[in-house]
Amino acid sequence: MPNSKLKQAFESKKFVVTAEAGPLKGTDITELELVAKLLKDKVDAVNVTDQQSSVMRLGSLAVSHLLVGWGIEPIYQVTCRDRNRIALQSDLLSAAVLGIQNVLSLTGDLPSSGDHPQAKPVYDLDSVSLLSVIQGLNEGKDMMGNPLVGKTDFFAGAVVNPGADTEAAYELQILKMEKKIAAGAKYFQTQAIYDPGLFEKFMKRAEQYKVPVLAGVIPLKSAGMAKFMNKNVAGVNVPQDMIDKISQAEDKTKTGLEMCSDLIKQLKPLCQGVHIMAIGWEKKVPQIIEAAGL
Amino acid sequence: MIVGERKTFEQIWDSIKDLKSVLVLGCGTCVAVCQAGGEKEVGLLAAELRMKSQLAGVTIKIGEATIERQCDREFFDAIKDKAKEYEAILSMACGAGVQYCAEVLEPMRSIPALDTRFIGVTEAQGNWAERCRACGNCVLADYGGICPMTICAKSLVNGPCGGSKNGKCEASQEKDCAWVLIYNRLKKQNRLVDLNKVLTVKDYSKQTHPGRYINEVYLKPRMEEKSAQ
Ligand code: SF4
Ligand code: SF4
Repeated sequence: MPNSKLKQAFESKKFVVTAEAGPLKGTDITELELVAKLLKDKVDAVNVTDQQSSVMRLGSLAVSHLLVGWGIEPIYQVTCRDRNRIALQSDLLSAAVLGIQNVLSLTGDLPSSGDHPQAKPVYDLDSVSLLSVIQGLNEGKDMMGNPLVGKTDFFAGAVVNPGADTEAAYELQILKMEKKIAAGAKYFQTQAIYDPGLFEKFMKRAEQYKVPVLAGVIPLKSAGMAKFMNKNVAGVNVPQDMIDKISQAEDKTKTGLEMCSDLIKQLKPLCQGVHIMAIGWEKKVPQIIEAAGL
Repeated sequence: MIVGERKTFEQIWDSIKDLKSVLVLGCGTCVAVCQAGGEKEVGLLAAELRMKSQLAGVTIKIGEATIERQCDREFFDAIKDKAKEYEAILSMACGAGVQYCAEVLEPMRSIPALDTRFIGVTEAQGNWAERCRACGNCVLADYGGICPMTICAKSLVNGPCGGSKNGKCEASQEKDCAWVLIYNRLKKQNRLVDLNKVLTVKDYSKQTHPGRYINEVYLKPRMEEKSAQ
């Protein structure tokens, strides 16, 4: 099997661009295919979210496999919320035989935030121990040390939240980042960044690890969205001048996309790539990329 | 202590309204401390039930008793005879006590009056909070005496998730993030380096149910007794 294209992209030192495709609730993949094909050749890889926000939908394993078939490099997101270590390892083996080479390890939101709040939260493993499991599978053994007949060759990534608000939360993010690297994370993508100054500070600290970081960006659609995120999403802090700008804009879509491209231009010198989370604006991602001069 | 919360009166009434007689049985230990099922609560519930049955125009004989603990066989001796006068026990103990009632007093019915909530502490008057989920493998020494299994909504043992905001948990702004608490405690103890400890993987094999613990000290004489017979 050839190496992960995402890995190659990092190795080539190019500025890496990834996007996101959220599977829908149901079996109709028309829209998904449309979005995926629009992103093809525009981005280095596409993240496939795993029951995002704990809302039950089509699985990330199946969709990642579909992307492989369409010639798009998937990043298979795996959360620890819904499966125990037996199911997680098995799904990872399945992913390997289905041609998936990139895995992103996540803890996963609590079921209480989704559409099945009565569900049992699993969290048998966590984002760190899952990475070490992936490392083990790559070495040809399961987490009990039992040998595998045929091993995986995953390129594993993880997430970090540079906007953690208190000293404790921030230091713990750094600490967990270190643990994730030790457990086999080869790159990071971040929570949405809006303040390049804050991000620069974080990168100064993270530089020492020599692990590529993709800055997360979410295009703003309205002032309401910005305020909602500031209030509810941990680590997201949209500065007031950005809120004012979008709220005063006549054509909010145009302004939102421009602001996103501008932000990417400012972040570019600080990190190794961007991860664009378009949240419904997936079809506009090529526009953002172009305007950002990538 | 085990913290219990009394079921609503409607729920309790619904579960006993078709009986001819019921003995409201309190427990004098944990649930007495958390004011859910001790002697005082037995008196209150029995009075409420009597009033309700009168209003509903039904005759139910409602008795009251409280024993020291419903999780120890010996304490039932005090009420064994009295219990015979009733059709069922309305137990105000935790779930373990309710089950022991049914076992010790078999074949009498034992009906729970409480919902057993958790193992916890009294944080303020009338305010109890969970502290331990009896994982069978206590790791508190490594986490500044704050249980990541219980206080963290995701039971994370290798550091926080990304959802902590203002020191509060993703689950609710009412709950502290366990990891922020752990960090602050270890900092006060000058033990932040402990956080770098190697990766932990939880061992759930100790959490198979039903749990049992046998103290060897007691086991040995019992075996000797048997072999002497
Ligand atoms: S680690 Fe937590 S749940 Fe386990 S025994 Fe200790 S306090 Fe209880
Ligand atoms: S916010 Fe803190 S307490 Fe809540 S689940 Fe995340 S790490 Fe655990």
